[in-house]
Amino acid sequence: MSEPTERGYTATHRTLEGKSAVFAVFVTVVILIGGMVEIIPMFSAATGPEVLPGVTPYTPLEVAGRDIYIREGCYLCHSQMIRPMRAEVLRYGEWTRAGEYAYDHPFLLGSRRMGPDLQRVGGKYPDAWHYEHMRDPRSTSPGSVMPAYSWLHRQSYDPAEIQASLRALKTAGVPYTDAQIADAPQAIARQAQDIVGRLAQAGISSQPDKEIVAVIAYLQRLGKDGRAAIAAGLTAGGASPGVGGTSP
Amino acid sequence: MQHTAVSGVNETQYDDAITKLFVTASVVWVVVGLLVGVWIALEIAWWPANLGLPWTTFGRLRPLHTNAVIFAFAGNVCFFGIYYSLQRLLKTRMYSDLLSRLHFWGWQLIIVAAAVTLPLGLTESKEYAELIWPIDVLITVVWVIFAVNFFGTIAIRKVKHLYVAIWFYMSFVITIAVLHIVNSLAIPASLTRSYPIYGGMTDGLVQWWYGHNAVGFLLTTPFLGLMYYFLPRIAERPVYSYRLSIVHFWALVFLYIWAGPHHLLYSALPEWAQTLGMVFSIMLLAPSWGGMLNGLLTLRGAWDRVRTDPVLKFLVVAVSFYGMSTFEGPMMSIRAVNSLSHFTNWTIGHVHSGALGWVGMISFGILYWVVPRLWRRPLAYPQWATTHFWLATIGIVLYTVSMWAAGLTEGLEWRAFDDAGQLKYPNFVDIVHQLAPFYWLRLLGGLLYFTGVLMMAWNFLRTVHGPAGTPAPAAVAAAR
Repeated sequence: MSEPTERGYTATHRTLEGKSAVFAVFVTVVILIGGMVEIIPMFSAATGPEVLPGVTPYTPLEVAGRDIYIREGCYLCHSQMIRPMRAEVLRYGEWTRAGEYAYDHPFLLGSRRMGPDLQRVGGKYPDAWHYEHMRDPRSTSPGSVMPAYSWLHRQSYDPAEIQASLRALKTAGVPYTDAQIADAPQAIARQAQDIVGRLAQAGISSQPDKEIVAVIAYLQRLGKDGRAAIAAGLTAGGASPGVGGTSP
Repeated sequence: MQHTAVSGVNETQYDDAITKLFVTASVVWVVVGLLVGVWIALEIAWWPANLGLPWTTFGRLRPLHTNAVIFAFAGNVCFFGIYYSLQRLLKTRMYSDLLSRLHFWGWQLIIVAAAVTLPLGLTESKEYAELIWPIDVLITVVWVIFAVNFFGTIAIRKVKHLYVAIWFYMSFVITIAVLHIVNSLAIPASLTRSYPIYGGMTDGLVQWWYGHNAVGFLLTTPFLGLMYYFLPRIAERPVYSYRLSIVHFWALVFLYIWAGPHHLLYSALPEWAQTLGMVFSIMLLAPSWGGMLNGLLTLRGAWDRVRTDPVLKFLVVAVSFYGMSTFEGPMMSIRAVNSLSHFTNWTIGHVHSGALGWVGMISFGILYWVVPRLWRRPLAYPQWATTHFWLATIGIVLYTVSMWAAGLTEGLEWRAFDDAGQLKYPNFVDIVHQLAPFYWLRLLGGLLYFTGVLMMAWNFLRTVHGPAGTPAPAAVAAAR
């Protein structure tokens, strides 16, 4: 147990070990570098995520649906990120562009696909399908292992809470106008009534203020703006290379 | 080696009551965290276990499991290890007993708040940062209390040079503060709901910068610090290489922070960021294995004791699992490999070989060593520790092997084509069904691991509250 012989950098380091404040400053600088180099350029137009024209913020009812999607932890089993690979594009549709997420606070890419990706689920099934699927997943997807979310059909959302959400999102940078926020209860009622109308055509009777209506609004929106923008060739690289694209 | 842990000075000057509190909390929360883990593993294998109630569905319990094992179990282990070793390494009592207590009770309050809010669906959705903003504020306050106490103790130290374990503790205290604050910045909409100031891919990058470094600076660096303190003490051997500890410490803390984007490969994150994430993840192999080798080589000349001493068994397997998962991680960060592994159970297996194998095993080893010393009683059932070791080891093997198999199965079938160039398994649920046997095997592995932990908890309970009057010091030595 003798003092180790120290030369060169070990001797320098030995001195540093005696100066705790300097040591702490060194640690702080060293751990800050990587994060700063990676995160700061994300706020620059040249190096940050690509912008996609034509993508608009979620409607108030969709915001409510997204909040419920977060509450129930849907993102823990369903991703919203189609990778640029042939198999993914065939299974789910156009691969995801960064601009599609522009108004996603928080992002919901997910990290695990216990169930299928939902990036382009909007418009894939009728409203009634989602209504039944949430009530009893096995009624629409035989063999599904998803739990039933029957309480969404009983619980109601609160338009005043949604207005508070819109105000917070506006502060976070989503371009809602004050008029849109003031009009939110009416906008919610209109969109909910549309969904209830479509459900009625399928023989389903639902109140417009139920949480399931907001969830349907959100799910039916997913991927729609992006799909339209990509079809119109608005992405930086023009139209998607499609199924022949970047593939490992 | 002079800066190896020294015992023999007046032990009574140290505040071991606070260490005992954190030890107790660690054991309580590991039981809770693993119970929830086993339960959600059952939910995946057998969906009716979701019970049809909002509070018990997988989507709400999964964050409870991850928060309980990371912040409640591993967090409390870091704290008891730091409170025990920092005082002894610096030959001084903690700076403030009051701050120590505020830290302890504040942290337990955070955990209880998490256990109540997460099943209620109150979440910010960012993985391992789910807790709502008022709890985030509380975390910040408690962390500052801890940091003041930590650096205050360093300021009043009676040993000039900071031992390597303390470098690692320091990186933990500083980095977790930075990560937590930057990732949690959000605009509140109500007391329970808020929206992050970042959006889209920027939010994704900030989150995985946080998420990966929660692994790096909560589940890795403080535990390496614990390894550098406890392994030489228990093995009664000096650390193998002082030079290696310098090189791998600075390389590890510098490189780790860059690796986050490997969670976003093939996403819409700008290409340059993805490439940085991949390259730095691969480089991370070197300092990670530097730590593993320094740990394993510290045991030179003590390997015969690994055969008989359950504490050393736990430590050796822990360091080996650290080496294995830090090899697997860089490999999974290679884009081509990630294209197969991402979104699959392979990731789940990888995480658990690190969590169960490295964090769990090193914690159990240290607990078996420290509990008889802190309470000055012999372990009630010394032979149970060895049984626990084997249950845990077999459990981890079943867990990781079943998740590798499940991950490869789904990863390959998601991208399988038939002769006509169409998807071979167009119906997603057909692939899901093939995973069922692996899920049951994983559950069995988890149950074995959990059984071992229950034996440990009972063992400690009987040790602490068991029949008193056994002569302490000799029996303590025998129980090692």
